[in-house]
Amino acid sequence: MSLPFGVRRCGDRGLLVDADDAAGIAAAVEALALAGVVEVVPGAAAVLVRHDASADPRALATVLAGVEPLARSTESGVLVEVPVVYDGADLDDVAAATGLTAADVVRLHSAAEYDVAFCGFAPGFAYLRGLDARLAVPRLAAPRTRVPAGSVAVADTWSAVYPRESPGGWRLLGRTDAAVWDSARTPPALLAPGTRVRFVEVRP
Amino acid sequence: MIEVVAPGPLALVEDLGRPGLAAIGVARSGAFDRGSLRLANRLVGNDEGAAGIEALAGGLALRATVPLVVAVTGADGPVTVRGPSRAVRQMPRRSPLHLAADDVLELGAPSTGLRSYVAVRGGIALRRTLGSASFDTMSRLGPAPLAVGDRLPVGCAVLGTPHVDHAPARPAAPALRVLPGPRDDWFGEAGLAALAGTEWAVSPASDRVGVRLDGGPLARARSGELPSEPMVPGALQVPPGGRPVLLGPDGPTTGGYPVIGVVVDADLDRVAQLRPGELLRLTIVR
Repeated sequence: MSLPFGVRRCGDRGLLVDADDAAGIAAAVEALALAGVVEVVPGAAAVLVRHDASADPRALATVLAGVEPLARSTESGVLVEVPVVYDGADLDDVAAATGLTAADVVRLHSAAEYDVAFCGFAPGFAYLRGLDARLAVPRLAAPRTRVPAGSVAVADTWSAVYPRESPGGWRLLGRTDAAVWDSARTPPALLAPGTRVRFVEVRP
Repeated sequence: MIEVVAPGPLALVEDLGRPGLAAIGVARSGAFDRGSLRLANRLVGNDEGAAGIEALAGGLALRATVPLVVAVTGADGPVTVRGPSRAVRQMPRRSPLHLAADDVLELGAPSTGLRSYVAVRGGIALRRTLGSASFDTMSRLGPAPLAVGDRLPVGCAVLGTPHVDHAPARPAAPALRVLPGPRDDWFGEAGLAALAGTEWAVSPASDRVGVRLDGGPLARARSGELPSEPMVPGALQVPPGGRPVLLGPDGPTTGGYPVIGVVVDADLDRVAQLRPGELLRLTIVR
């Protein structure tokens, strides 16, 4: 089956749309509420559109190829402020790797406004875009076996908050007591796609 | 109540899972072989989505504390009921079974397949997390794996009276059908030909997160890194080593390895029944 450029099959119940602004495309597809579409999931540079057996994948692909991204929600999206104690185990290493002081790292990390591009890795683990390019550092060569819940971290062009204790390879800048994930709460994820985020430095 | 006398290697409470939450990083989870759970529920007159028990291999033993109607589906193998007098009865699969109080239902080692499903009339009534009583082995959402002495309450998820005497077994199909993409271009036509031409072996390191396939390996036609993108159960994700991982119901919702193809929905249940060491062929469909 030939599909429009940038739209790919993802099994017989899904299509994957390549997109520079995946979060914007995902929001736009959600807003269309297309018949037969059961789920829309953004990734870093692609959006999964899951559909049921009633949808014609070719017709759906044609619609998806023409979708324009919804503007990044600079004012409309929910803004969540995350209090952070910047005493992370990797703060000094990040400063050394970037040629900044630890205070500069904290200042740059807490000055930016982020938004949730997509979730993955674990329930409620949000990939936050908007990290200052000067803070881009690679993941640890050897991931930690245990990263505490609430750890605030950076890796590559992303920042994130570990929702629960888990293994992890991101560089730890600090910690928050914000409940990023609570499966008994509605909604369970504090940081769902589209949410705007600011980190606010607090004293321990 | 149902009391767990022995869980076997792994016994989990599963229903039809948590579809629709991938955007916040929650996997579908639920019964790996959804068709078998649905059938077991129909046999006892339950709602198809009622929670039952997914038992890996043989060894599960359950005691009824009160009279119950149950059904066992999924893999094939011996099912026995041991009464308080120690009399042992061989029982059929895919059929409603009446247990008296203190009867013990035991699943023997499967002759074919890997996962069995036990439905109990009324369903297993455990607290739901995000709408489901399923245990997700990766995120650890839902009730913990069953352990000796666990007592499971029986609910009231019934729709009617059991009326099917015995359901037919499904004939095994020779190969799983795979739709190429979304990243088959990372492997080219030669990669797809190798995927279809290889007799893959199911690795013992397989679980509900992913079924690992030994063979090949598949060579990439291009280099580079793929930005993390959404994944689905049935995706054949290919790590740099070239040995595909067929993602299961507890698989990651996003991943950074290219997916050469995705098993069609109708064939997904059969993935649950692949045994370690079993040989597997994949057919490309377009």
